[in-house]
Amino acid sequence: MARLDIDFCGIRSPNPFWLASAPPTDKAYNVERAFEAGWGGVVWKTLAEAGPPVVNVSGPRYGALLAADRSLIGFNNIELITDRELETNLAEIAAVKRRWPDRAVVVSIMVPCREESWKAILPRVEDTGCDGIELNFGCPHGMSERGMGSAVGQVPEYIQMVTAWCKRYTRLPVIVKLTPNVTDIRFPARAAKAGGADAVSLINTVNSVMGVDPDTLRMSPEVGGKGTHGGYCGPAVRPIALHMVTEIARDRETAGLPISGIGGIGSWRDALEFIALGAGSVQVCTAAMVFGFKIVQEMISGLAAYLDAKGLASVEALRGRALPSVTEWRYLDLNRVSKAVINQDLCIQCGRCHIACEDTAHQAITAQRDGRRHFEVKEEECVGCNLCVNVCPVPGCITLRELAPGEIDRRTGQAVSGTALEWIQHPNNPLRSGA
Amino acid sequence: MREPRRADIRLGRLSPQTYVAHFADRVAPLTEAQALLEANRCLYCFDAPCMQACPTHIDVSSFIRRIAEGNARGAAESILESNPLGGSCARDCPTEVLCEQVCVRNTQQGQPVAIGRLQRFAVDALMASAQPQIFTRAPASDRRVAVIGAGPAGLACAHALAREGHAVALFDAKPKAGGLNEYGVAAYKVAGGFAQREVEWLLAIGGITLRSGWRLSSTAQFEALRREYDAVFLGVGLGNTQQLGVPGEALDGVVDAVEFIGTLRQAQDLGTLPVGRRVLVIGGGMTAIDAGVQSKLLGAESVTIVYRRGPQHMRASRHEQELALTQGVGILHWLAPVEVLGEDGSARAVRFARQRIEGERLVPAGEELVLEADMVLKAIGQRLDGRVLTECKLAQRDGRIATDESGRTSIANVWAGGDCIAGGQDLTVEAVAHGLRAAHDIDRQLRGERSRPEQ
Repeated sequence: MARLDIDFCGIRSPNPFWLASAPPTDKAYNVERAFEAGWGGVVWKTLAEAGPPVVNVSGPRYGALLAADRSLIGFNNIELITDRELETNLAEIAAVKRRWPDRAVVVSIMVPCREESWKAILPRVEDTGCDGIELNFGCPHGMSERGMGSAVGQVPEYIQMVTAWCKRYTRLPVIVKLTPNVTDIRFPARAAKAGGADAVSLINTVNSVMGVDPDTLRMSPEVGGKGTHGGYCGPAVRPIALHMVTEIARDRETAGLPISGIGGIGSWRDALEFIALGAGSVQVCTAAMVFGFKIVQEMISGLAAYLDAKGLASVEALRGRALPSVTEWRYLDLNRVSKAVINQDLCIQCGRCHIACEDTAHQAITAQRDGRRHFEVKEEECVGCNLCVNVCPVPGCITLRELAPGEIDRRTGQAVSGTALEWIQHPNNPLRSGA
Repeated sequence: MREPRRADIRLGRLSPQTYVAHFADRVAPLTEAQALLEANRCLYCFDAPCMQACPTHIDVSSFIRRIAEGNARGAAESILESNPLGGSCARDCPTEVLCEQVCVRNTQQGQPVAIGRLQRFAVDALMASAQPQIFTRAPASDRRVAVIGAGPAGLACAHALAREGHAVALFDAKPKAGGLNEYGVAAYKVAGGFAQREVEWLLAIGGITLRSGWRLSSTAQFEALRREYDAVFLGVGLGNTQQLGVPGEALDGVVDAVEFIGTLRQAQDLGTLPVGRRVLVIGGGMTAIDAGVQSKLLGAESVTIVYRRGPQHMRASRHEQELALTQGVGILHWLAPVEVLGEDGSARAVRFARQRIEGERLVPAGEELVLEADMVLKAIGQRLDGRVLTECKLAQRDGRIATDESGRTSIANVWAGGDCIAGGQDLTVEAVAHGLRAAHDIDRQLRGERSRPEQ
């Protein structure tokens, strides 16, 4: 049996599945239920400094992008950080950690960019016995208007400054949670590392407006006739999150910095992708908000079975395994040639591949043969673009076949070369090496 | 000595509520949520096979995508543009042998997209809306067309001609328009008075004058129509029913199934309809199924459809046969009636001879069988009431009116369509297609004439 337990920048948990700082980790009641269900850890919903608590709207805080079958694709929220008293949260965190010593309890914090604010709260948090802190530099709505959340995360200098304060005033591991609402995620990650961060976590939510109500012609959701942009998450953001995790894991300056992967993780397969691209733990929110805490059991079961089947002894053994396969476009092999192949036994004759290719790609799929409905790839036109594979409703019906070296590419009439040709050496590249 | 046996034919076998329940929609209308889910199963196929399979070529993938996008009105527009009787076709088309048979989801999931039910959803939504009319008439032409028969073929033809601006006189022998939708189709397929709602919607386009209670009964009438109108369309259906031609056919309790269904469809109170305790239905088509199932729903204790050939030869689709079986109607095959046995003037049983096929002919296999019955429904086919048409010298083929591909008959300026013409399958949707193609051809001819210089 593969080991699922992890040690993430000194924080131990029995499995890599943590609940992200969000409504599900708002209070002891929820966190107790999460631990009973099997979650390896939680990041407690973001604490604010002592004083009058934050006020939330008592109207729609969430909006969703739903698929046709009403399965949830994307999710958006305008809820702020905790609206409970600091003392209440600290007491509950301490009690929960005492009851669940083997689980990771990380506390998310967001206070103003003043050293004294951080200096004041950090010892209080440390006193709860928690395992680490996460700096919320990510929330794009509400708090950012007050100079916190993503307003900090979008300025690398602030990230470095605040991270350094935290390292000065607490012995706990410091995880910096990054906002994706930036042009290049490597800069905030480098700043976190420069400030002494023990790890980064990402992504926080993406700026988003969910839609417009066609009847009222007002943005939706709205509170009292007006709405505001919220933070977008759920399955739809996963590819964006994976890209950013990959960027940080591959960056020479941040390579080796532990990454807690966040963004649309709802299954063991999603978790696998983050871990294989460098994440040491994963955080989940939307999926738990849709299905409840029990889904962690399915994730644990799936990941364990996968590791066993692959002969991988631990989560650590999986971590980063896919990273060497990620590169820049200029290093892709331009000599490789693939052609789509339609399995006629599986084809249901819907013709979507044909019309997609005919209208929008390379006119490489027939509609008829001998006067009858028949969909087949014309290799002399096919560039192997994968569009037909993606629009086909039948799994495995259309696949790409890579031509063997020496085989004739019927589109170009040339034999496929056995050697790689990257853009950096390509004759069409005026800046090619040696040109 | 035994008591003389009295045939058990009674009315009011069921409670009023049971009648209502039995004759409500056989297939429930889709809710909006169901329609959205089902619509999203459609793959929006290229050159969709369902569209090709529809005799009126409704653009199925287009209307279903409009439903999926929350645009039911646009969906209905797309449907009705191709088939103005899309509402009744959605209800009584044998979709399982038309559009839904070729749905690619069959291959993938063994379950087609519920095209018929989605079509009904869209058309019903339009008809229930504040502005159910989507068509406007072209400026009035000075041309007049007589349409004989206000069934699906005649209605479709009249509606299409009215759209083009022509004045249409629509004649029908029955008190109400609608043809088989009103008088012939099983009640649970067009529940809730839909046939008349559809007729009203069709006539609301304007330019159509309905004359009911008018029957084409002489050559003089026919010649007068040809003189008075620029074109004539015949959509007279099949007015006669086949007889068994066996002894005892005139006994009480032997009833024509078409008549039985027509009476049922017009009954205000189904409790007033007499039905036998044990019913035998003789025949193998849709009428036999409809009569058998409705007898059962009226409270008959046992209903058996008896057909002289095998299941594969029945004109009723397999889906319809299954419907009968699930409703508790039995089906016996390879039995042909020899004699209706009676007592005191009433039918009490039917004697059947088992059949087998020899070459291509049915021949008695030797064995005979007597099945008891209180009521015998004859559903062995309908045919053209061709007396007047023959006198009018209208060419016929296979006992029906002969037409060309545009619906033109052998007589100039006379078109025909629907069940009364040769070569069809007696489907509502096909009748609509006939009516539309004739209207198109008539319109083309009338325009051509108009553009000709005055002589």
